[in-house]
Amino acid sequence: MSSRAEIFANIRHGLRRSEATDAQREAVQHRLQQHPRNLIPARGQQAPEAQVELFIRMAQEAAAEVVTLENIEQLPEAVADTLESKGQHELILASDETLTALGWAAVHERIRCHQRVGQVGDEASLTLALVGIAETGTLMLYSRPDSPTTLNFLPDTHLVVLQRKDIVGVYEDGWDRLRSLCSGRLPRTVNLITGPSRSADIEQKLQMGAHGPRQLVIYLIG
Amino acid sequence: MQIKSPEFKQSARIALQDVNLQKALGNLKAGFPGKRAAAVARMPEFDRLRDEARDLKNHILEHLDLYLEEFEARVVENGGQVHWCRTADDARQTILQICREQNAKTVTKGKSMVTEEINLNEYLEENGIHPVETDLGEYILQLRGDHPSHIIAPAIHLNLEDVSEAFHEHHKRPKLTDPAALMAEAREMLRKQFVAADVGITGANFLVAETGSTIIVTNEGNGDLTQTLPKTHIVVSSIEKVVPTLEDMTLFLRLLARSATGQEFSVYNTLSSGNRRPDDQDGPENFHVVLVDNGRSDMVGTEFQEMLRCIRCSACMNHCPVYGAVGGHSYGWVYPGPMGSVLTPQMIGIEQAALLPNASTACGKCEEVCPVRIPLPKLMRHWREKEFEQHLTPRAVRWGLGSWAFLATHPMLYRLFSSSASRLMRLLGGQKGRISKLPLASGWTDHRDMPVPTGKTFMQQWQARQKQENKS
Repeated sequence: MSSRAEIFANIRHGLRRSEATDAQREAVQHRLQQHPRNLIPARGQQAPEAQVELFIRMAQEAAAEVVTLENIEQLPEAVADTLESKGQHELILASDETLTALGWAAVHERIRCHQRVGQVGDEASLTLALVGIAETGTLMLYSRPDSPTTLNFLPDTHLVVLQRKDIVGVYEDGWDRLRSLCSGRLPRTVNLITGPSRSADIEQKLQMGAHGPRQLVIYLIG
Repeated sequence: MQIKSPEFKQSARIALQDVNLQKALGNLKAGFPGKRAAAVARMPEFDRLRDEARDLKNHILEHLDLYLEEFEARVVENGGQVHWCRTADDARQTILQICREQNAKTVTKGKSMVTEEINLNEYLEENGIHPVETDLGEYILQLRGDHPSHIIAPAIHLNLEDVSEAFHEHHKRPKLTDPAALMAEAREMLRKQFVAADVGITGANFLVAETGSTIIVTNEGNGDLTQTLPKTHIVVSSIEKVVPTLEDMTLFLRLLARSATGQEFSVYNTLSSGNRRPDDQDGPENFHVVLVDNGRSDMVGTEFQEMLRCIRCSACMNHCPVYGAVGGHSYGWVYPGPMGSVLTPQMIGIEQAALLPNASTACGKCEEVCPVRIPLPKLMRHWREKEFEQHLTPRAVRWGLGSWAFLATHPMLYRLFSSSASRLMRLLGGQKGRISKLPLASGWTDHRDMPVPTGKTFMQQWQARQKQENKS
């Protein structure tokens, strides 16, 4: 008997049944198709303005920097300011049109922009978040041809653009957005990111910047 | 990992006298419980989430075969492969086979306790493949030829000086004493490895049946680099980690970080659903999920089924007075603390692990903090019953238990014995009211005095009280 057959036979033996009943199959299919929400914490169910405030507070608590901008046209200037303050000059841009269409030429003397995957030694990257999740100040990003995953992890500084209208209360709202966006199949990877990389593996003392970005900057637009 | 669980008593004795270990364990006790309590206080719904998580796990276990079938079908639709492994040996061979197909020379690894359980690193080394641990704690341990002593803080038994030594020796660089500088050095060293690796191996905290996704929960980002950069990503996980939907995974995620490190949420919660899509610029070309059973399916339908609810948060060991006193290595195998004392006998046999479920004060703190409400003390008691049934309990203990059972079922004799024993102890205690040496109880009196019984026995007090009440 194959390992697979043995494992399933063993589980069914333990459950004291051979095949599952129709009712059991229906219960499972119902759960998978309806994906009902479990208990939702009250903090994620506030009015939109309160959610934005909560998002900012929680993101900052997780050591992310939050920069608010009135419109996305202000982004190149703001990014140049951020990088300058960190002594960085190279930026790897996700090739999403929302970003590439902006007026980067105006800041070309302050930062050099490239569009490619992330590489070892990269100083900074700029990507887009699908949503921001207020309950813990978490960003949801996902992989696609114009947003390679390496940009979220290899550079020292990770810059993320988030529209104010895309702040939702809870993770479940994020899953719904993701499902409506990618019908049927999830993208290869979905990254929930809450603050910059860290580790407390040496004497339980928290140090920032383990293997992922040392700094996370969120540009909140609108 | 060599099994040393039968030596628990000696190991614990040594651990108690190990000054450095005791200092390191102080960091654990000063950190985790307080951080968890603070996080729980900020989430008023926490206890209700725990109830839902317990009930949901029970539902999953009742339909485990169905959810596993769904998970497998979705992984395949996503372009991945699922490998079923009944034993640790099956799992090792399967993983080696995948590595060989890729002509792999080096493998980077994210933190995974299941790969510890199947002793993967040693096996890969023996077969000419070099595994590189990338979690900072695991990396330190690999340099030292050491093993994790905790399921989420693997190097908790070490102090700064130990890390400093290990890096100095292996990196051939000047000795560093600042934790931030040490971490920066590890970051630099591992950058090259991430890029050079042919295969990346990670664990999984959950497997989502709805979408065929696996998820890892980390703070460092090493797991993400491990699974994004190499051509092949292998997820090594176990069958009880399947959950129905993204919403159901979310319920457990709300409990996991808060119970573990006391964080609101871990930094990186990453879903992987198959291999690189046609126009993607990065990501692995091959995606494999190795599902390990290794005794878990044998627990279904038994008195130990509830243990399969465990989400590996480590709250039980973080709050355990025994773990806090002797550390994880004393337990002698992969999983320490209360959850380990229930799992280890299942995986290596009660003959070898009998001392572990006995290493409990029955204080109940583990059950009190468990996010999925596993009755750990009850499960440890079940193992003690099995130990007794299989005649593994030492003769002196069996004789003692037998005598006590006889006395307890003969009330007259019991009262006579207990009142005379209490008188005798008072006599032995003399003026100071404490006994410093007691036959058959040297385990107690070697380390502290035994206080003498202060008043009358329960029965004597009861009778006196009845008399008093009858009078009034």
